Amino acid sequence: MSDYNFAYLDEQTKRMIRRAILKGVAVPGYQVPFASREMPMPYGWGTGGVQVTAACLTPEDTLKVIDQGADDTTNAVSIRKFFEKTADVAVTEKTAEATIIQTRHRIPEVTLTEDQILVYQVPMPEPLRFLEPSEVETRKMHALQDYGLMHVKLYEDIARHGEIATAYSYPVMVEDRYVMSPSPIPKFDNPKLESAALQLFGAGREQRIYAVPPFTKVVSLDFDDYPFDPSKAPHPCALCAAEDSYLDEVITDDQGTRMFVCSDTDFCADRRAAQEGEAA
Amino acid sequence: MYVAVKGGERAIDNAHAWLAEERRGDLGVAELSIAQIREQLALAVNRVMAEGSLYDPDLAALAIKQARGDLIEAVFLIRAYRTTLPRFGASHPVDTAAMACDRRISATFKDLPGGQILGPTFDYTHRLLDFALAAEGLAPEAAPQAEASGGAVPHVTGFLAREDLIQPDPDGPATPRDLTREPLDFPADRPLRLQALTRGDEGFVLSMAYSTQRGYGKNHPFVGELRIGTVPVEMDIPELGFSIDIGEVVLTECETVNQFTGSKSEPPQFTRGYGLVFGQTERKAISMALVDRALRWEELGEDNSGAPAQDVEFVLYHADNVQATGFLEHIKLPHYVDFQSELELIRRLRAEAMQATRKEAAE
Repeated sequence: MSDYNFAYLDEQTKRMIRRAILKGVAVPGYQVPFASREMPMPYGWGTGGVQVTAACLTPEDTLKVIDQGADDTTNAVSIRKFFEKTADVAVTEKTAEATIIQTRHRIPEVTLTEDQILVYQVPMPEPLRFLEPSEVETRKMHALQDYGLMHVKLYEDIARHGEIATAYSYPVMVEDRYVMSPSPIPKFDNPKLESAALQLFGAGREQRIYAVPPFTKVVSLDFDDYPFDPSKAPHPCALCAAEDSYLDEVITDDQGTRMFVCSDTDFCADRRAAQEGEAA
Repeated sequence: MYVAVKGGERAIDNAHAWLAEERRGDLGVAELSIAQIREQLALAVNRVMAEGSLYDPDLAALAIKQARGDLIEAVFLIRAYRTTLPRFGASHPVDTAAMACDRRISATFKDLPGGQILGPTFDYTHRLLDFALAAEGLAPEAAPQAEASGGAVPHVTGFLAREDLIQPDPDGPATPRDLTREPLDFPADRPLRLQALTRGDEGFVLSMAYSTQRGYGKNHPFVGELRIGTVPVEMDIPELGFSIDIGEVVLTECETVNQFTGSKSEPPQFTRGYGLVFGQTERKAISMALVDRALRWEELGEDNSGAPAQDVEFVLYHADNVQATGFLEHIKLPHYVDFQSELELIRRLRAEAMQATRKEAAE
């Protein structure tokens, strides 16, 4: 891959992306338009996240890539390989060892630190899109902080279902100013959006970058009498017995037998290694 | 004991190896060359160049071969390559009035300066499968030749413009915005809309244009002129201090003449729709002209009838097939986590609903 620059993108493109990132950091939760490039993987496969990661990577970085919380899902493998090939950086599956973590649909269970950057792949950056299809209109709504439509939607959910019927991509208010989509993470992960790590969100197809800087206030939208509830399956992990991690439901036979296991594979493996250590 | 599925990496490698084998097909059948695709599947090559926004028939042919004939995949390969290319500068606008036309027809005038030139078209072929083509090695009979007239082939709309019967095209910005270097932003002016349409998916643009013909944003188009041919591309070379021809491209240009009875702001006159596409791609160029005209409702002071083809955000956000196919197909990637959260939500809501029904029944 010597034909390509470090981390694939040329330096001018990286500069353009870094400017968008800086603007995003300066205005937390605001969607910054950027001139997203066609990447050698399809839109929808994480092109926004890949461009943000490429713009942040330095040769000294250690990269971790997860999809659905796991390092070994096919697309996580593919993106990790892409950066191994084009940037020759160290890669890891250990959350604590990574300096940059690119993720799709999860926030790692282990608390992140100030030395880490979490890069999200974002399919639909606009939290208001399914309420208002026009981009011109939604940008206006953000500018005017006009979020009445969103509150009406949440209210109607409660009126119809007795609770807010959004299980993932649960909208948040960032620093009391912008309503933001946290990307399709389960709402279980929402409390972790207040973090010591820098969180960057890249939407390639929709040409938007946004950010949650370290220690930024992030509040999941709710009502005083219907407070936000980060629910999860009422089970412990069948492998490591964790009671506080997000669980995948796995069907184990054709009788419909199910088991629940940690979605964060590194977290689960670490716990099991520790338990074996104690037993021995 | 349950063990989570591992081995994504090996699965990917094996899938790629299998794909390469499938691409080649039966080894007993001769391999297709790039030159064969370029010469004999030229219209596929043209479509890939147009939607890939890169004029290079050999690379487009390579992309078609690599993509196993999946043209959207080929467009994607070209786009991903194109975006890595350095930019040396911009050419002068090409002069389509000076086009060496292979084909030039007008549906609005029976005869006109420069003449009607049918060119290599399917238009009047009878669509009967030609089984003789199944027998290989037969060269077609040579087409009759004639000297090119060499005369000028002026644009049809020029004749209407002389009488002030057609709306003049106002000058756009000296340097149009570049869709491939800036994020799409609204309001989108006409140069930006035309860029999006010329690289938009042929099927999408066709269907949008067709919808205007069937009454969703009707704009009564006549094909004032359709021309296909070669134009030189001229560029200033700073080291030389003057401009030179750096090559030539085949283009299809369509200008529609649309009935317009006037609005609050404009007098009755004909209006224009414009299509310009790489290669011989006339279905696309005509479609583009119709959609362009439909999108001009605002500047012409027409009513917005709420038709999809009049909605600039709808058209521009959904015309790109590389974006569309990526987002559409990404739903086959793992979504266990979101699905799991939905599963829990539906179980809970369902349990509550069932309980309420039982309670009602008991009362």
